[in-house]
Amino acid sequence: MARGIKDKVAILGMGCARFGERWGDDADTLMVEAFEEAIADAGIETSQIDAAWLGVAFDGINIGPSGIPLSIALRLPNIGVTKVENYCASGTESFRGAVYAVASGAADIALAMGVEKLKDTGYGGLPVRSRGLLFDMVGVTGSAPGNFAQLAAAYRTKHGVAKDDLKRAMAHVSVKSHANGVRNPKAHLRKAVDEETVLNAPMIAEPLGLYDCCGVSDGAACAIVTTPEIARALGKLDLVTVKALQVSSSNGWELQQAGGWDGSYFHTTRVAAAKAYEEAGITRPREQIDLMEVHDCFSITELVTMEDLFISEEGQGWKDVRNGFFDADGTIPCQIDGGLKCFGHPIGASGLRMIYENYLQLLGRAGERQRKDPPAIALSHNLGGSPIQNVSSIAIVGLEDA
Amino acid sequence: MTEIGILAFGAYIPRRRLQRAAVHAVNKWFAPGLSGLAKGERAVANWDEDAITMAVEASRDCLTGLDRAAAGGVTLASTTLPFADRLNAGVVKEALTLPDAVPASDATGSLRAGTSALLAALEGKQTRLCVASDLRKARPASEGEMVQGDGAAAILVGQGDVIARVVATYSVTVDMVDHYRSSGADFDYGWESRWIRDEGYTKLLGGALRDALAKAGIDAALIDHAIIPVSVRGVAAGIAKTLGVRAEAVVDSLTATVGDTGAAHPLLLLATALERAEPGQRILLAGFGQGVDVIVLETTEALARLPARRGVRGHLADRQEESNYQRFLFHRGLIGLERGMRAELDQKQPGSTLYRHRKAVLGLVGGRCIKTGTVQFPKSDISVNPNDRAMGTQEDYPLADRLAHIVTYTADSLSFSPDPPTYYGTIDFEGGGRLVAIFAEVSADDVEVGRPMRMVFRINAADEQRDFIKYFWKATPASEGGQ
Repeated sequence: MARGIKDKVAILGMGCARFGERWGDDADTLMVEAFEEAIADAGIETSQIDAAWLGVAFDGINIGPSGIPLSIALRLPNIGVTKVENYCASGTESFRGAVYAVASGAADIALAMGVEKLKDTGYGGLPVRSRGLLFDMVGVTGSAPGNFAQLAAAYRTKHGVAKDDLKRAMAHVSVKSHANGVRNPKAHLRKAVDEETVLNAPMIAEPLGLYDCCGVSDGAACAIVTTPEIARALGKLDLVTVKALQVSSSNGWELQQAGGWDGSYFHTTRVAAAKAYEEAGITRPREQIDLMEVHDCFSITELVTMEDLFISEEGQGWKDVRNGFFDADGTIPCQIDGGLKCFGHPIGASGLRMIYENYLQLLGRAGERQRKDPPAIALSHNLGGSPIQNVSSIAIVGLEDA
Repeated sequence: MTEIGILAFGAYIPRRRLQRAAVHAVNKWFAPGLSGLAKGERAVANWDEDAITMAVEASRDCLTGLDRAAAGGVTLASTTLPFADRLNAGVVKEALTLPDAVPASDATGSLRAGTSALLAALEGKQTRLCVASDLRKARPASEGEMVQGDGAAAILVGQGDVIARVVATYSVTVDMVDHYRSSGADFDYGWESRWIRDEGYTKLLGGALRDALAKAGIDAALIDHAIIPVSVRGVAAGIAKTLGVRAEAVVDSLTATVGDTGAAHPLLLLATALERAEPGQRILLAGFGQGVDVIVLETTEALARLPARRGVRGHLADRQEESNYQRFLFHRGLIGLERGMRAELDQKQPGSTLYRHRKAVLGLVGGRCIKTGTVQFPKSDISVNPNDRAMGTQEDYPLADRLAHIVTYTADSLSFSPDPPTYYGTIDFEGGGRLVAIFAEVSADDVEVGRPMRMVFRINAADEQRDFIKYFWKATPASEGGQ
């Protein structure tokens, strides 16, 4: 394995806009909101930023192409700004760009921004768009819930889980995120729901009902990163460092080789998780990871992800979920901030929003929702695309000495 | 054997059967006079079907058990071709994965187009697939809406082991305009039905049949199956009686079950007759439209050896009652429903890309690695096999006729569909190859992991901005009716 980036880069500051239906604001406003918090947290001047990465997925619809929208919104000093797009992993990709720049020594201080202004698209749910000329001719242009819903039939068939049992486990995922979102002032949805409400909601894509799906929100999140040495020189005492950053993209195997993949899990997440654990030096993830933010775009996604991250035994994730293992007061809280489900899912911002929550929790700054036994190692995870063709990203951050 | 004749037949009838009583129940306030037609059912093409897709399915049925390469040419006869200037038969040829070196042509202009194409093929020397297909379109509350139906039939003509040989042919052309549809018009304009019955059917059609039998020197009483494709009650029987054809020889017009499928109808009834005929029987076939085509055939011993196929019988058995008249109107574009923003998806299909991938898109041809045997769709330069990234080793591997099984699925209520929810999922083909496919003609009871599926050629989407129809393959339950 490559040498990796463990503890080579520290988070100097982070910020996150309030997620939601920001009818009165443009993407620029959201980016500035996230940035102002981040740079105040970092305690630096804008002129000290050497390079920047912008993660945004629906560029044609909201802010347009290139890195220029970020450069203009923040009035950056003519530094290099690179736009990255990798579906729902775009935010984590922008973080990866900034972290790698610092780790390489090419930049002392780098900025990662993720933003999405989904509520100006006019859609409830994500807009539909082209996936390339050949795909458009032979692929199925289903909705996002439709694509991810297919995990369920494959999962319950493979593991012999009754439809009702799986549906109830999925419902618990959503009930948990709603309960957590109530305590998060920046979350989009801040209302608790009960299991019956989730179970009886209108069907969106069999077996995903309305409450099995995350909302779509406007939002932005931002990170400023540097080396631990510079961070200390700038007066930072408690450092949150990057332990691992891994991305895995489908190479067509899931889709194209019959019998190879059974549709019940994410091959890429397993690959990325194994590499991330190796990079971070984690050998027993169920014991060593204290907190998780995973890509709960749909309840079934979170459930199978628990297995793909090797936290739950294969085929047992649904039981862990129902037993409260991932509840806010459980063994490993997952989506303690409400997750995509309730914090919201502005695509390009989501990866950075997750890291933001982990960063706050690690520093004990998460307010009312702060985990009582303070976490030392936290994982975030994104999935873009659909189960059969996707990109999976994992970011593990932790206290410097953890 | 140099004798030319019929080698095989096939049919396609859409699964949904609109109940005429349901149509009349909505329209009777306006058109009470149609009550006499408000009986039985008619076949209605689904929203993703047209004359081309139905022709493909009838052709596949016709070619059951035969070597595709035998079809040395294709004629698609229809009065409802989706393209005015793009060879519709060319799409059928690609979908059937026939070699490029086959002539293909469209035949149109009258409801006689099907029999005229068959006649021309029978007078030629090449093996030719004659397929006739019509998706009828009539105004709501019209007689046409009640009596018409959608469907297709295919007849393979050629030399060799013919199941029916030609006894006689006859054709007359008379510009009798019983109905017409101008170029670009949506609906027919028809003249008085009594005039059509007396001057058209009785004199012109009846006269041509009489003249044809006389020219051939055949006694009408020796006809075992008389195909007189007129849906007006009693007309076929009346003509048969006048000619001296035995009443029991008159082939049922499928009026009660399918409706009049236009240019396809004579061939569809011919398929019915061939399904029921014994070797050594005589079939009288007529097509009517600005004249008359008459073909007299005699079945052979080879008929009994023809491999089993769905045929008319199988398609008639595989039916789903449809009482939702509004859905029918919406699928025909006769009423506008709010389709929502997701219907606005604009996916241009560039001609160059479609041309480059025509085998994959229209023929569902994947790739098989000659080194590892790995099958994949679509083909790629480097094999998908993760253990052997063989390069440039893939040969064409047709998947359309292979059985597949559901790996996983969903029913999507969010994405736009003219017939929600959209069922789709991942399917694995027997022998290798995988596809994420839309499921056609399914309801909740039809889908479960492991269920067998077969592929059907359908409209994938219509590009309304550029007025282009995009075709691809969908999966449908394999166990539904027929073979």
